[in-house]
Amino acid sequence: MGPGPSELWNSIAPQWMLELPEGLHDFIYTLYKCFIYDDRYMMYIKGLGNTLTLTFFSLLVGIVLGVLVSIVRVSWDKHGQEMRNPVARFFFRIANAICKIYLTVIRGTPVVVQLMIIFFGIMATSNNKVLAGTIAFGINSGAYVAELIRSGIMSIDGGQMEAGRSLGLGYVQSMRYIILPQAFKNILPALANEFIVLIKETAVAGYVGLADLTYAGSIVAGNSYTYFVPMLGVAAIYLIIVMFFTWLVGKLERRLRASER
Amino acid sequence: MNDNVLISVNNVKKYYNNGKIKALDGVSADIKKGEVVVVIGPSGSGKSTFLRCLNLLEVPTDGHILFEGVDITDPKTNINLHRRKMGMVFQQFNLFPHMTILKNMTLAPMKLLKKPKEEAEAQALQLLKRVGLEDRANAYPSQLSGGQKQRIAIVRALCMNPDVMLFDEPTSALDPEMVGEVLDVMKQLADEGMTMVVVTHEMGFAKEVGSRVIFMDGGKIIEENTPEELFGNPQSERLKGFLAKVL
Ligand SMILES: Nc1ncnc2c1ncn2[C@@H]1O[C@H](COP(=O)(O)OP(=O)(O)O)[C@@H](O)[C@H]1O
Ligand SMILES: [Mg+2]
Repeated sequence: MGPGPSELWNSIAPQWMLELPEGLHDFIYTLYKCFIYDDRYMMYIKGLGNTLTLTFFSLLVGIVLGVLVSIVRVSWDKHGQEMRNPVARFFFRIANAICKIYLTVIRGTPVVVQLMIIFFGIMATSNNKVLAGTIAFGINSGAYVAELIRSGIMSIDGGQMEAGRSLGLGYVQSMRYIILPQAFKNILPALANEFIVLIKETAVAGYVGLADLTYAGSIVAGNSYTYFVPMLGVAAIYLIIVMFFTWLVGKLERRLRASER
Repeated sequence: MNDNVLISVNNVKKYYNNGKIKALDGVSADIKKGEVVVVIGPSGSGKSTFLRCLNLLEVPTDGHILFEGVDITDPKTNINLHRRKMGMVFQQFNLFPHMTILKNMTLAPMKLLKKPKEEAEAQALQLLKRVGLEDRANAYPSQLSGGQKQRIAIVRALCMNPDVMLFDEPTSALDPEMVGEVLDVMKQLADEGMTMVVVTHEMGFAKEVGSRVIFMDGGKIIEENTPEELFGNPQSERLKGFLAKVL
């Protein structure tokens, strides 16, 4: 064990700081203890890294799931009755039922509970917490992204699909080259918003010991016996990140609107 | 069956809402190679449904449609292969707004006919030249006028080298001053021998270009004849009444 925070502080702090009025000095000392002593700032940085990694890959998983689920849902709702191939019809009927159950369960239960079920139940053998967290938050996010994409697809004029099909393109080809690119362009701002929401939602990752930003703050708080300041620091970091991405989304929206004319 | 028949429609019915709406109520017709068949009739008479059944955008409730001798209403038929040979032009153009004109025209030939990009683009440019729009190749649909959009929609369909072109009121969404430029392209196409089925309210076009005119009402074909006979000597009261309103 090295020297404790107060010992170290007294040996490195410049004399004038030690002579400040007591309240002010204590505040500076607390900052030192919560962010600098023992390289504690690294914990926040690593935590933030984990939060962003988790958010980014969860959204990727969410988008992949969302595309699949929304296509199944839209295909069945719009074209199920006229599907002529009995195998395709059967496949879509089953897939649609599974998707509906998935959407209901995921949107009907708290994400923390889903996270713990996946961690301690399904992924109990894995020790890669970020991977397991990505799967849990990805599955969760997929349900919301699916509904987002579905609304994006529904907003595309039916004539687009008909034009594709009349040229001889198949249903899947028409989706891929004609419908989805337009749908994605329409929902891009909402998708970026989902990223911002997810940054904040992953704050519960600490429940399963995943060292995200919030968890890092609580570890520092426990070690330094000070909760208030580390959590203020964590809040400030979230706020800065969220404001930054909100600004980016606004820029993106203006760009998209300009390209529409 | 006569080899000259390109599309044979046999007693086709299309019902909606469990048979409450009979959009097509037993329609039979033959479309022969090189013919320009014009379909007229009041709104809601089933013209669009008839046309859209020809390439199975609407699946008939009953009846059969043979295209080049193949029963495309048979569920086992791969309709995508046959649609390549049937171009369609819509009232609302339906260009792909996220693609340039050139991409609009080369998408299907490249994906379906596996044409190399250069070849597909060369063909597209050639067709654009024919309709006087080669300078708009890299424009987006939103940058074009309605008449230009519809001319692009026509040549986009032509890029697949179809054996028949289907038109559903191609000039109805256009400002009057743009109708002529689209009809001119269609006339040119007819002169080159393209088989065409055209739903339109342009009676001038029907008289001048049509080889045959079909008059529909209530989901049925009421009369069909050469333009001279149909317009000059209408038989049924319904056609007489319709012509009195539109001419
Ligand atoms: N998808 C649909 N669902 C219910 N009714 C329809 C549908 N499509 C067309 N119809 C009905 O079928 C009839 C024929 O329509 P349509 O072929 O579009 O006529 P037209 O093109 O001659 O105006 C109309 O009464 C119309 O309301
Ligand atoms: Mg119509």
